[in-house]
Amino acid sequence: MTAPRGWVRQIAGLIRRIAGLLGSVSLTFLGLTCVTFVIGRVIPIDPVIAIVGEKATRSTYERVFKELNLDRPIPEQYWIYLKKILHGEFGTSLMTAHPVLSDLLRVFPATLELSVSALIVGVCFGIPLGVVAATHKGRWPDQIVRFGSLLGYSMPVFWLGLVGLLIFYAKLGWVEGPGRMDVSFDDIVPTVTGMITVDSLLAGEDEVFWNAMSHLVLPASILGYLSLAYVARMTRSFMLSQLRQEYVLATLAKGLSPFRVVWIHALGNVWVQLVTVIALTFGSLLEGAVLTETVFAWPGLGLYMKNSLFAADLNAVIGGTMLIGVVYIVLNMLSDVIYPLVDPRARTRK
Amino acid sequence: MTEAPLLSVRNLRVVYPGDDGDFRAVRNVSFTLGRERLGIVGESGSGKSTTGRAIMGLIASPGRVEADHLQLGDTDLSTITEAGFRKLRGKRIAMVLQDPKFSLDPVMSVGKQIAETHRYHFRSSRKAARQAALEMLAAVHIRDPERVYDQYPHQVSGGMGQRIMIAMMLIAGPDILIADEPTSALDVSVQQQVLTIMDEMVKSRGMGLILISHNLHLVSSFCDRVLVMYAGQIVEVCDAGKLHEAQHPYTRGLLAALPELGHRRAELPQLQRDPAWLIDLPAAVGTAA
Repeated sequence: MTAPRGWVRQIAGLIRRIAGLLGSVSLTFLGLTCVTFVIGRVIPIDPVIAIVGEKATRSTYERVFKELNLDRPIPEQYWIYLKKILHGEFGTSLMTAHPVLSDLLRVFPATLELSVSALIVGVCFGIPLGVVAATHKGRWPDQIVRFGSLLGYSMPVFWLGLVGLLIFYAKLGWVEGPGRMDVSFDDIVPTVTGMITVDSLLAGEDEVFWNAMSHLVLPASILGYLSLAYVARMTRSFMLSQLRQEYVLATLAKGLSPFRVVWIHALGNVWVQLVTVIALTFGSLLEGAVLTETVFAWPGLGLYMKNSLFAADLNAVIGGTMLIGVVYIVLNMLSDVIYPLVDPRARTRK
Repeated sequence: MTEAPLLSVRNLRVVYPGDDGDFRAVRNVSFTLGRERLGIVGESGSGKSTTGRAIMGLIASPGRVEADHLQLGDTDLSTITEAGFRKLRGKRIAMVLQDPKFSLDPVMSVGKQIAETHRYHFRSSRKAARQAALEMLAAVHIRDPERVYDQYPHQVSGGMGQRIMIAMMLIAGPDILIADEPTSALDVSVQQQVLTIMDEMVKSRGMGLILISHNLHLVSSFCDRVLVMYAGQIVEVCDAGKLHEAQHPYTRGLLAALPELGHRRAELPQLQRDPAWLIDLPAAVGTAA
């Protein structure tokens, strides 16, 4: 579009940005490995006993102790740990006897499916509710939204899950119960993404899709309620501060309708602030998934980690923690990428 | 002014209900505006901006606007609904605000913001609105309108921003422009330039201009007539050229408090306020032209 010199400068700028991003990402990742390593050290589980059992002989114990490199100095142990992780080796899960990595790859799509659906619920309802609360500040729509968010903040998700199951599954029968789909549908659709709603659509199995959706809707709504509460609250306060800006008065003076001023101009500016909020919300949804998955017997990362914690399955716990950490890093990267799309000021940093 | 006025205001009041009685931000304000440049001066809080916003129907609740008579051309503003007002804003009467840094939407390209006014009032196509916006940018002396069209507010200078603001407000061809401190946020070097462009646009389109400012020099040199406001009322009306002959002690006090170039004074006199200035004046004071 412009002269070659500008074109070269653009490419150079892009490379510099990517390099900066990679640098900060690898630093964060290093920090993450440090934390998980320390967790593995301080957790009150003897990794040797977890493998050999309490009745093992002294010589067996010592052999495994050596095999796990526990006789080496701590820095060396960390180095070994780091090398393994970079090769994707998280060890074998005691509980499933599978490599932790393949376990994680199996359970993660279920969690992704749940938390993405929850995020969709949270964003699609949270943002409009927050906007309406802001434009009706102090009046009844605002009171309802604020009370609703407070409720979402303060209710434990497992309790909401149980009550939800009781009402909508046991009493009303509107939705299917725990699990991802009825047992009779197991193994019908081939695994492509691991997300059943997507896979069933790819395979053209409508019946499986609707069954899976019916299983998904309740846990996704309950988990989504958490993010809705947060997103609505933040949207409300961002919107209130935008509505005080001069440009709102100026766009009204142009003759635009309040609807357009709020939903196009002010909301366009709110998005800039919301990107980070939504990324962080998604991360917290993964945490919320631990409880939700337990209540709904959802075979995802949360349930996997809960089970491995109770089984003192250290490799699995650390692997799962690493995965959640990586998801956070990816989310931060994503919000960095999305940011310039919604904010022109971030596009032209010179 | 022999022709019918563009705007006539009689006994305009803006009232904010408060815990200890109503607060009258603007009271007893009456004036008419023809195809002229009318200045409104006064200190902060004297009600000059509120007067401008009341005429635009932009006083947010719980504020109330009341008037014996508020007429824009052939339209009676005092009986109009909010939806009716919306059709007038931008189309018949428009407003330029103080600082383009804050009064332009930071996440929409300036061209789109100008075109938006056109699209809204004329239901024009994207293409026609773009063409009109480009012409408007050229009219406010912006070189390379095509390039500026796609720029965002943070990429343009203050003077350019204010010219964009003027383009955005005048594209639908209003009869009246209310400029609320249009140059106070700008560098001195570009203030004159923006004023000149504004004057040019207003004159060539035969519009009426209300210039709200606290800058007495600026108003007296730029406008035809000046209203002086104090505590929500018009205390004096005079020809801009004769501002130095003003009679009201408040106006005299303001003039006396101005520093002068090459006329060094050890201390500027302070304005001595007389409680008598707060007493309600007959509403007719502003109509004497």
